[in-house]
Amino acid sequence: MSDRPLVAVVVFPGSNDDRDAGWALGSVGAEPTFVWHEEASLPEGTGAVVLPGGFSYGDYLRTGAIASVAPIMSAVRAFASAGGPVLGICNGFQVLCEARLLPGVLRPNRQLEFVCADATLRVEVADSLFLRRCTAGQELVIPVKHGEGAWYADEGTFVQLAARGQIVLRYTDDVNGALGNVAGVVNEAGNVLGLMPHPEHAVDPLLGSADGGLLLAALVDAAAAHRLVAA
Amino acid sequence: MKATIVVRPKDGILDPQGDAVGHSLRKLGFDVAGARVGRVIDLELDVADADAARAEIERMCGELLANPLIESFEIIRLGEA
Repeated sequence: MSDRPLVAVVVFPGSNDDRDAGWALGSVGAEPTFVWHEEASLPEGTGAVVLPGGFSYGDYLRTGAIASVAPIMSAVRAFASAGGPVLGICNGFQVLCEARLLPGVLRPNRQLEFVCADATLRVEVADSLFLRRCTAGQELVIPVKHGEGAWYADEGTFVQLAARGQIVLRYTDDVNGALGNVAGVVNEAGNVLGLMPHPEHAVDPLLGSADGGLLLAALVDAAAAHRLVAA
Repeated sequence: MKATIVVRPKDGILDPQGDAVGHSLRKLGFDVAGARVGRVIDLELDVADADAARAEIERMCGELLANPLIESFEIIRLGEA
């Protein structure tokens, strides 16, 4: 078995950033493995799970809604409950919200347009499993590409999440109409992160930015630590 | 048993799709102050009892058909016809 921590990338019908995620994870030290959504369990030794970007089930019903009840999601839920690190990128974030593993929901962009651009994000909370390699207040450039990325929660929930430090990433500008310019949130335990920007598309300076590598490398650190705990 | 369910954005929730539809209707010259867009779901259930069917549909809406954070649902038809 490889010394590299095993990171499971879940593939739904309509996922399209799964291979990029696998490649990017490999570039920061992970052993990526792809897991089909109809599987009932994660591979033995899984240290972290990534739900990739794409358009699972053609965004039918609501983005992420149908994927959120796919067979593999029971295993992902159990993995998260046991403290396993789970990262949802773009459609993966939508899936995690629909699965109620993360608070809030992603709504159509307020400007009614698909947005595809480099976004500048501010790290709000660096004391977090996924942002350990960043500092609070640091600005990261990571691309976004989505039509339904406006994160929303009711005001009471939003205030509570901010007070608990669960709003970990915000856009420095209004990108899509997200409440509070929220780009990424973690669950209360801090081991599940969802974000609309694509860290897997920002792991090489030649492609504009390597800032996404900071998040993915932190995920790989966490995967290694979780594998030791689980073993 | 056949059922029709309407799922719509809750009051006060921004509805870009409805805004786009309203905007296009106004461009066509219609006097439309606002539009909201939801969805209609027709179901056929193997349940004979209306109360049981209603309870089942409410569970379906809670688990998948509607997201209670942003959507409300209404059963607008329930019967054999």
